[in-house]
Amino acid sequence: MADHAHKLEILRGLIKFKSNTQKIWGVLILLTIVTAVEVILGIYKPEALMAPFLGMKILNWIFIILTIVKAYYITWDFMHMRDETKSLRRVVVWTAVFLICYLIFILLLEGGYVFDVYEEGFVKTDF
Amino acid sequence: MDNTVVSTGTEEKTWGGGNKPLKASYGKMMMWFFIVSDALTFSGFLAAYGFSRFKFIDSWPIADEVFTHVPFFHGNYPMIYVAFMTFVLIMSSVTMVLAVDAGHQMKKAKVTFYMFLTIIGGLIFVGSQAWEWATFIKGDYGAIQTKGGNILQFVDTDGKRVALRDFAVIDDHKERVQDERKRGLWFTSEGTLPTYTVSEVLNGLEANKDVLVRTQIINEEGEKTVLSREESLRQIKENGIMVVEGANLHVNEYGSPLFADFFFFITGFHGFHVFSGVVINIIIFFNVIIGTYERRKNYEMVEKVGLYWHFVDLVWVFVFTFFYLV
Repeated sequence: MADHAHKLEILRGLIKFKSNTQKIWGVLILLTIVTAVEVILGIYKPEALMAPFLGMKILNWIFIILTIVKAYYITWDFMHMRDETKSLRRVVVWTAVFLICYLIFILLLEGGYVFDVYEEGFVKTDF
Repeated sequence: MDNTVVSTGTEEKTWGGGNKPLKASYGKMMMWFFIVSDALTFSGFLAAYGFSRFKFIDSWPIADEVFTHVPFFHGNYPMIYVAFMTFVLIMSSVTMVLAVDAGHQMKKAKVTFYMFLTIIGGLIFVGSQAWEWATFIKGDYGAIQTKGGNILQFVDTDGKRVALRDFAVIDDHKERVQDERKRGLWFTSEGTLPTYTVSEVLNGLEANKDVLVRTQIINEEGEKTVLSREESLRQIKENGIMVVEGANLHVNEYGSPLFADFFFFITGFHGFHVFSGVVINIIIFFNVIIGTYERRKNYEMVEKVGLYWHFVDLVWVFVFTFFYLV
């Protein structure tokens, strides 16, 4: 394992670290900042972010995007995806991302449809 | 080690098995494929949660009002404790990467130390999760369930929540007791009875002029609808059939029972992953101490369990967002 090389830059080379240990702490700081922003937004819920946008509040979109940012850094730096070959990365990430997006799409669409049936249809029973 | 492997003379050729296009060991690759399948399981749960939530989008409980407790502190602190738990898990992920990194440098003492910290972090997280569950099950304010299965909660005129214990008028002549075998009721059973009966709550509501009923329906401002005084009395009188305190798989004082079901199922499944992660970490920790990997001359096993441990953290990031934030 002596030849184990790490790529030591994050944010497309904006921040470069001198050693792998340093990079780990750098990523921790980044994840902590993102979590802190999420919690602060979640507690104060700024009025400006409560407007609906593409079926959801802007605030919820921000939460989801920040979560994906966190997931990216956990996978790429903690799980060393950055150092794996391109093909392994694609086998894992593209498969999961495609299937999960599809699942979310069909289930949320169906959920919204069932809500509309309750709202406008004549269904009285809960199923 | 080469002596034990029978050489076939085809290792160099592409189809001879000597080729490693992904440049990863068998074990590591299988861990990645396991993680993909487990990620799909979790996304199935979370997507099902999304389905139910979209189905009841106008009456789903507001998570900020459900998870407001912090151990050893009284008062209303939404999200603080979950944020702490998230931080603990991220922190234990960091100590895990540090252990993997120390393993690459063959530093046994450092690997041992960081593995130890990772295990401690995992235990703190599982403990916090258990506390969260206990608080959720115990409940706080109590509510009335209607014939249709809706939950009616109580607020004062400022919209602040009021607990049943603060206004219910205790009836000293209550005769209803829990059906139990020792009372001669065989082949029948029921759970613990709530502290109050519906009529006690109704008497309390009539006596306290400033208590109002709050329904599950979310209004345009994103808050739960509060009924007028007359409507409050009417709803409890005509529709209230059961007092609900806390939550289980059947009833839930915070709102839709589905919310509690998903809470138990998703955080439970995740907590089980954390628990098994801790157990695996402990096994690897002892292997490090007795020098198994030192003799093997590589610490890849630490890296493999590390992958699993980070995955548990990764899932929590999503559970945190979809259960507590969105």
